[in-house]
Amino acid sequence: MSDVIDEYVKTEYEAGFVTDVDSETIAPGLSEDVIRFISAKKNEPDWLLEWRLKAYKAWLEMDEPEWAHLNYPKVNLDEVSFYSAPKSMENAPKSLDEVDPELIATYNKLGIPLHEQEVLAGVAVDIVFDSVSIATTFKEKLAEAGVVFCPISEAVHSHPELVKKYLGSVVPQKDNYFAALNCAVFSDGSFVYIPKGVRCPMELSTYFRINEANTGQFERTLIIADEASHVSYLEGCTAPMRDENQLHAAVVELVCLDDAEIKYSTVQNWYPGDENGLGGIYNFVTKRGVCHTNAKISWTQVETGSAITWKYPSVILRGDNSIGEFYSVALTRNFQQADTGTKMIHLGKNTKSTIISKGISAGKSSNAYRGLVRMSPRADGARNFTQCDSLLIGDQCAAHTFPYIESKHPNAIIEHEATTSKVSDDQLFLCLQRGIETEKAVSMIVNGFCKEVFKELPMEFAVEAGKLLEVSLEGSVG
Amino acid sequence: MLTIKNLQADVEEKNILKGLSLDVKPGEIHAIMGPNGSGKSTLGYVLSGREGYQVSGGSAELNGENILELEADERAKKGLFLAFQYPVEIPGVSNMEFLKASVDATREYQGKEALDTVSFMKLAREKCKAVNLDPSFLKRGVNEGFSGGEKKRNEIMQMMLLEPSLCILDETDSGLDIDALQVVADGVNACRDENRSFIIVTHYQRLLDYIVPDKVHVLSDGKIIKSGDKSLALELEEKGYSWIEKE
Repeated sequence: MSDVIDEYVKTEYEAGFVTDVDSETIAPGLSEDVIRFISAKKNEPDWLLEWRLKAYKAWLEMDEPEWAHLNYPKVNLDEVSFYSAPKSMENAPKSLDEVDPELIATYNKLGIPLHEQEVLAGVAVDIVFDSVSIATTFKEKLAEAGVVFCPISEAVHSHPELVKKYLGSVVPQKDNYFAALNCAVFSDGSFVYIPKGVRCPMELSTYFRINEANTGQFERTLIIADEASHVSYLEGCTAPMRDENQLHAAVVELVCLDDAEIKYSTVQNWYPGDENGLGGIYNFVTKRGVCHTNAKISWTQVETGSAITWKYPSVILRGDNSIGEFYSVALTRNFQQADTGTKMIHLGKNTKSTIISKGISAGKSSNAYRGLVRMSPRADGARNFTQCDSLLIGDQCAAHTFPYIESKHPNAIIEHEATTSKVSDDQLFLCLQRGIETEKAVSMIVNGFCKEVFKELPMEFAVEAGKLLEVSLEGSVG
Repeated sequence: MLTIKNLQADVEEKNILKGLSLDVKPGEIHAIMGPNGSGKSTLGYVLSGREGYQVSGGSAELNGENILELEADERAKKGLFLAFQYPVEIPGVSNMEFLKASVDATREYQGKEALDTVSFMKLAREKCKAVNLDPSFLKRGVNEGFSGGEKKRNEIMQMMLLEPSLCILDETDSGLDIDALQVVADGVNACRDENRSFIIVTHYQRLLDYIVPDKVHVLSDGKIIKSGDKSLALELEEKGYSWIEKE
């Protein structure tokens, strides 16, 4: 049957075009001067420059981690440019009307209209193009509710007290090699603040796009949900098709204060490389949230892109009765490699976490789940449930599961279930015999496999994710 | 309806069907019996176009058209239905979603108007009732956690929905208790139609007490070695297969 599916292996990466804009890109390589340049470009206060330099010094002492189940030639950082911005952004446009039409056309082509009247109803979008944020929609409407949603480079000036207090509070500068690098050179990203008791009136979304060649993208996102507030946030990402690998090392920090709730969804579709494994984004991302008392953080991710994915969205359940959730679909095909999962650190009493991970491997790809559940000595009554399923398509791919469980409390309850299955010839033949074509059949079987995760996505994006999976699968099965 | 001439087929380079001929007229029910390994299930798979079943000679025409060159899904859409001996599970895909995809694809191919969701659900519930399945089964994953009997009834329910012209039942009676057998038989009998034919592959004559065949064939070593009416099945029940093979 795999011969039949083989025929469906040719799909183009639809977001793979390049936008022709005049950009200012600094010379490759990293040094203190580069960091000073970035900081000066953004007109940053001294404390932030010092913060960056401290991270840089720490980073110099660190080594790239090698424990992940990934095999790739290391990125030569001397060849990476750490800052690139369209020249038209030099004097920041004050409204969408002033944004370079070429940029607006780019996002229209990606299906993300920037003009508010055309935007998905009820979703505010921040757009990050290479190293800068080019537009944020619905700012005024959000401001009415007291919600702050802006580029982090802007928040440094408009809300310095919040940025200073929380930046690096969840992911410290020295957390890991890629996070330290991000701290030193981060360019832009989104900043969100939801005031006490406010339910954010619309979905917030950031769309990341790498355009320039030989640049890295180092975005930084900070979301603060004040007491008893609620926000749902979505990020999406694409990049042009290029033969060389590009580095993406982001940091996302979520601060979820007492009784607050943050729902963070990701649809990641960075360029995965071609069918021979050439090119593609190296995606090394540190995402972590901290939950205070009765707070809840829910990570949902649909990962179909990137040549390499190294990503473990985590929750520190610091407050009593806090809840952490992780729902993930990771699809790899061709020569993609993913090592992804989560960490649930139970510190408070009666903390609960749920992990549902669905890995789909096709082609010659490798897909690993790596997850840590840690119950601290004072995590009385803590519970975790983990379900980790792998689906194999074809016979040349691999799936791995690396669960780490550390329990230092006698009455903590930890459940772990794992399955590995194949899209079987029997299933495909049943579909064919009922008149359902191979392509539709594979997509139906895979969507069924992912159902538990898709139902966690915000409605508009669940459909999107299903489609993305379908498009990705057309080229993947074999 | 179905005309098979001198059909030969291989599985993994082993010759299984060795010159099988069969003529099924519209409205007829043919039973195919035979010992293990005689090629009964292979016949169903070859006719329905399963990958890995290589036709090495002969022909098979459904309603005057050679079907052996067609893809499996096209044969299905032309009205060939195979009820599986071991229906497989598809977790997370609801029976309803699966059936809708199946019925939509078939109707589109046959140039029939698409059924809207409401009429489809109504129809599906009706068919469930006919085979004594609770309509809640429509919401469950395809065959997911179904008992053996429920899986078989689910197959018959699909057959009723798709209204095929040729139905092949591959040992549908295996593993069924007497009540479930009765339900399956009632389903088949309800589908009997002057334009619809059945090939019933079975080990035992028990099912034929409920579904009365027009013809009974004995398949042995890839060929039909004896054909007769219903009384042949009774004779086989009594004497086994060896007496024919010796003839």
